Amino acid sequence: MELLRDTLRELRYYPSAVAGLIIISLLTIFSIYTVIAIPYEEAITLWRGGENIWYRLPRTVPPAWTNFFRAKKLPESVILDSRQGQAQRSEKAMSDGKQITMNFEFDFQYDAFPDDLSLYFYPTYENKAPFVSVTWFMPDGRELRITDVAVKRGGAFRFGQDEKLARRIKRKIGDYPANVALFLDPASVENGGEPTPLKGIYRLEVVATTFEPEANVESELIVYGQVYGIAGTDHLRRDLKVALMWGAPVALAFGLLAAVGTTVTTMIIAAVGVWFGGLVDETIQRVTEVNLMLPLLPILIMIGTFYSRSIWVILGATIVLSIFGASIKTYRAIFLQVRESPYIEAAQAYGASDVRIIFRYLIPRILPVLIPNLVTLIPSFVFLEASLAVLGLGDPILPTWGKLIQDSLANGALYKGLYYWVLEPSALLMVTGLGFAMLGFTLDRIFNPRLREV
Amino acid sequence: MRLEEKRLGLDRPFVVRSFLFLRNALTLRLGFAERMVSDAGSRQVRLIILERLPTTLLLFGTADLLLFFLSVFVALVLSRQYGSFWDRVFVALSPTSAAPGWFYGIFLILIFASWLRILPFGDLVDVPPPESRVLYALSVLKHMILPTMAIILSAIFISVYSWRTFFLIYSSEDYVELARAKGLSGRTIERRYILRPTLPTIITSFALMVISLWTGAPIFETVFNWPGLGRTLFQAIGLFDIPVIVGSTVIFAYLLAITVFLLDILYALVDPRVRIGGGHKQ
Repeated sequence: MELLRDTLRELRYYPSAVAGLIIISLLTIFSIYTVIAIPYEEAITLWRGGENIWYRLPRTVPPAWTNFFRAKKLPESVILDSRQGQAQRSEKAMSDGKQITMNFEFDFQYDAFPDDLSLYFYPTYENKAPFVSVTWFMPDGRELRITDVAVKRGGAFRFGQDEKLARRIKRKIGDYPANVALFLDPASVENGGEPTPLKGIYRLEVVATTFEPEANVESELIVYGQVYGIAGTDHLRRDLKVALMWGAPVALAFGLLAAVGTTVTTMIIAAVGVWFGGLVDETIQRVTEVNLMLPLLPILIMIGTFYSRSIWVILGATIVLSIFGASIKTYRAIFLQVRESPYIEAAQAYGASDVRIIFRYLIPRILPVLIPNLVTLIPSFVFLEASLAVLGLGDPILPTWGKLIQDSLANGALYKGLYYWVLEPSALLMVTGLGFAMLGFTLDRIFNPRLREV
Repeated sequence: MRLEEKRLGLDRPFVVRSFLFLRNALTLRLGFAERMVSDAGSRQVRLIILERLPTTLLLFGTADLLLFFLSVFVALVLSRQYGSFWDRVFVALSPTSAAPGWFYGIFLILIFASWLRILPFGDLVDVPPPESRVLYALSVLKHMILPTMAIILSAIFISVYSWRTFFLIYSSEDYVELARAKGLSGRTIERRYILRPTLPTIITSFALMVISLWTGAPIFETVFNWPGLGRTLFQAIGLFDIPVIVGSTVIFAYLLAITVFLLDILYALVDPRVRIGGGHKQ
């Protein structure tokens, strides 16, 4: 306890340790917040949900704050749902059913065209599907008939994929895809210039006619932007925020458990070996030498391919393989010195048991070496998890930073210039690694004064 | 069925089979691949691996040697200028070595290949490969810049930091003071009185670093699309080709053993104390 207090007091004088401690505490708070805000089960369903959950989000777009650095502002998504009162809705009774008018209005003040547009319908009816006609109104007063269609349950209209609409656009506006044509400023292309969007208030009118007294129609307009949220999205429209947030607790848990598990077991084994000496020590020495030869990553790869890819199995294997590592030799050297000290002899003289000597007399002496070692080991395990994920051997269900990097590399993010996708998880990994490494290095200097002199 | 079992030796006990496998592994009889084929068209795991081994050795050998000499040089220079600006920079940057090589690789690819477009994304040579030998070598060299840089970046700060600390500790020893008092030149002192006694320690720490670099090869080569042993292992995982996975792992273990063995010999060369019988001759 006193050791801890003294250490903390001394740490204040090292700026890098203070920075490291701040990073670590922020990460811990962030992880706790994540686990509370998005519980484990929810994170998994969200991440593996697919189109049903993420259909509202655009595909592979950078985060919204990148607009701050751009001269040409990229559009954000517009999502208007009539069920949530985001459309002006009016009903008019008719002979057997009613006529429902929904007006979706939004302000468009960006310098680029949206990615795509979709209109989702949520009708309720018994037998006869309601009929819907959709019209697009531009800020300069022009209007365009989009479609007239009977809507079934789960029906959706994708502006970019409708051939009739494409033909109408070609005739009335010009040879552009729907997402460009609907927002095009005609003045910009008059003299063969680059197409630019027209800024102002756009309106989409959906007029639905129902043929049953109880029938109803609701709809949702989605204008997919070119930026999204604070983290952007991936190739499956998933919000990267979920994976970035969940990466933190996973990385911390993996790093901490692996580091603590390895160092503590290594220390006990080294102490036992030194204390009993003879055959025990010999065996431990030889096992260590053989184990040092074994390549950790390829063996983990074999375990991942043949046995299980669960992060906890990999964690266990990592700990087992790292126990007989190089540090066993360092600890052994220190224990060998300690074993000869007079106080151990005294303990033996008054009849302390072997276990008592190992745990109460030998092990406490090694803590100054052990603690910095433990802290410096954490980042290497955090990166090990990421490495396995990048090799495609990450946990199949949990989203982690490594898996994000793997997704981005596998989908050619570097070739396509989708830098945010690579940089966000890498930056978090780097910050985590640096935090622990900086603290560990300083602890090393404090506990091993030989390094501090120079 | 029985015959087949006998032919494959499955009727013998597990221990015997383990030793048989050991013998096969030692003689590089690693069996046949299930799906992968070597560039020359063979299905033998040994040929597949031997074909990829030279590229791995080329890349990692170059990078490790460069790393070693660069680190020793920079560490010596910094130990001379203790407390200077660059010294502080290296000390401050030393925690960045917590990240492995592939991690820096991604950044380097992002900057030099994707953004500036001056160096290739990866691979061994241009497509199509140049005809003449000189151009071929130059092309390989160009493709090696980024991976080598990534390896060096990932390890140089920590090694410079720890080695410079060793140099500083040793340069405050009494015999170094004495040598200085005798009026020996700075260069001689560095070479004979500082470098010589620290070399064994440095070589040990370098050996551990080389081992960790070797271990990281599968992912490193995957990121750089470098057609070496590591990427073979990665491809084998993708194809679930068990003989190749096992074979590559065995070869990796050999490489580690050979590295350590070579370094042990080197150790004996630089540290006369560990030479067997060295004491008797004097």
